[in-house]
Amino acid sequence: MFEPRIVAFCCHYCAYSAADLAGSMRLQYAPNIRVVEMPCSGTIDARVILAAFEDGADGVYVAGCLEGDCHFLKGNFRAKKRVHYVKKLLDDIGLGGERLEFYNLSAAMGTRFAEIANEMTERIRNLGPSPLRAKEVAGA
Amino acid sequence: MNLTTESRLEKLLKRGEFVVTAEIGPPQHASAHEIIHHARMLKDYVDATNITDCQTAVVRLSSFAAAVHILREGLEPIMQMTCRDRNRIAMQADLLGAYSLGIRNLLCLTGDHQSFGNHPTAKNVHDLDSIQLINMVKRMRDDKVFACGEPIKEHEPRFFIGAAANPFADPFEFRVLRLEKKINAGAQFIQTQIIFDLERFSRFMEMAVERGLHERAYILAGLLPLKSIGAARYMQKNVPGMIVPEEVIQRLRKAKDEGKDVAEEGVDMCVEFINEVRKIKGVAGVHIMAIAWEEIVPTIVQKAGLYPRPKAD
Amino acid sequence: MIVAEQKPFAEIAGFVADCNKILVAGCLGCVAVCLAGGEKETEILAAALRMHRRLQGKPLETVTYTATRQCDPEYVDAMADLVKDVDAVVSLACGVGVQYLAERYRDKWVVPALNTRFVGGSVAQGVWEERCGLCGECILHKTGGICPIIRCSKSLLNGPCGGSQYGKCEISKDVPCAWQLIYDRMKALGKLEWLLEYQPPKDWSKSRDGGPRKAVREDATI
Repeated sequence: MFEPRIVAFCCHYCAYSAADLAGSMRLQYAPNIRVVEMPCSGTIDARVILAAFEDGADGVYVAGCLEGDCHFLKGNFRAKKRVHYVKKLLDDIGLGGERLEFYNLSAAMGTRFAEIANEMTERIRNLGPSPLRAKEVAGA
Repeated sequence: MNLTTESRLEKLLKRGEFVVTAEIGPPQHASAHEIIHHARMLKDYVDATNITDCQTAVVRLSSFAAAVHILREGLEPIMQMTCRDRNRIAMQADLLGAYSLGIRNLLCLTGDHQSFGNHPTAKNVHDLDSIQLINMVKRMRDDKVFACGEPIKEHEPRFFIGAAANPFADPFEFRVLRLEKKINAGAQFIQTQIIFDLERFSRFMEMAVERGLHERAYILAGLLPLKSIGAARYMQKNVPGMIVPEEVIQRLRKAKDEGKDVAEEGVDMCVEFINEVRKIKGVAGVHIMAIAWEEIVPTIVQKAGLYPRPKAD
Repeated sequence: MIVAEQKPFAEIAGFVADCNKILVAGCLGCVAVCLAGGEKETEILAAALRMHRRLQGKPLETVTYTATRQCDPEYVDAMADLVKDVDAVVSLACGVGVQYLAERYRDKWVVPALNTRFVGGSVAQGVWEERCGLCGECILHKTGGICPIIRCSKSLLNGPCGGSQYGKCEISKDVPCAWQLIYDRMKALGKLEWLLEYQPPKDWSKSRDGGPRKAVREDATI
């Protein structure tokens, strides 16, 4: 069975903390996600997202604070807009914008963090491996 | 009487007649039979008629050609020329041609933006604006020169020059000053945008009279009979530079609710407006724009007590 | 600055459909400022094209380079080594840069990745508006610093027209009437009587209408 490879860009103040909390709470969630910590979701750049896909990720998501609670005030708004821009670009490229998502959550939402991980893993499992590495997976 | 042109309209205005002008919208095809039909219908009820020049930037039979057809029916045409579609070279050429065919009145307009019409991808010209056009036509007549300064050696075109004024556009305080600019440039008669807001029009005329503009140019009040509530609503919402007060629409609605014919109410309203503007100082006539309802003009003229029309000679 | 926007991705991909290796050339001038063709946009476009072509089973090799400007020959010359062995050059410069590349590298196919839109400036983060009509004879002192050639949809010099209402141009509620702006500004400056002065017809030969233009500083030529 195909195991999705998903990269999760998480902001230090909320998403990454939520990940820590999920860990402390001993929550079980899909092991398919690789977390990358960022000071703020607003530091996400289209190039990094594209690089993740070009290097073989099946799915990517960016997780930032709840709207209004960003430690850097508007970082999460910028991140959301950039992610939507790249989603459109992924449609144009032919890879599909559904493989990319943006989420908001707070540091206290350990359960939500696990939920998102499972949600995204399921979505990507249904979409199948990224066509950019389809040949690689075909034999598995 | 010192007339500047051979225009019949100028003669009547100079004589102190309260003039009536109408407007004909040419067809979107190459036959003049409708124009001729309208000309024959309006002939005895108006002193002159405008022919629009691709109004709202929709391609129609040209004002120039339509004017010639109308002239042949014995009705005095007022040719319209916008700045949107022609440069100064084409304008002057058309003016020489129009004059040679007997046209004597010209209304100089900026022109609606082409995005309103059926050719929004066309290039717009605006080589001149309406005030520069007015001045160019005046200099052709009085200084006998082309726009470039070269003399017109003989047979200069001698147009009776008209312009539009819009008391309902902004900035309001500047509207009268801009009218003065047009008159300074050479405008001799003015036709206003359609009046439904009498109060604002009165204020405009007060300011114009205060500056003595009514003694330098003949101001004709623009009016339109409303045929339906839909037509009124459309003008209120979609036509830039027009004001249709809510009371007007309510009046039509009330008429409809009382089982009256809305169009008849519209005609009565128009006649009332004519009677009101006649009382305002500085108003030298009315300009009835019954586009797509030209047939109603004789009725309006009669109901307003303006029939029969005076003879020019 | 010159403000440009990227063409739809499919259009650009179409231009290089038959290429195996391309140079994607950005510009650090105006297009970088308006986020259309700077270093970031260049790398994004190159990555997007690579990924798109891999999906099609027809891989594309890309080389990226961001010139200081593409409208100066010395900066265009600097690309010579990179241009040598590519099938095409995708330029993210404005129309000027594309032409400079095409003229310098005559045997290479140079394609534009942008649509050059207008000359203007920023009004807010991510938003640019047209301001200058490049008419060759500036009269901004007469109009309170508001250009009537480009900000008035009809380029009136004796405006406003009868379609100006509530401060808006007749073409759209989102477009302010330039002449309302001019009126307000000149009134605030106490110079309203300037607007009563007749402005004669413009000499359009100084603008685009006179043909392609040239400017020379004799004291700067060698």
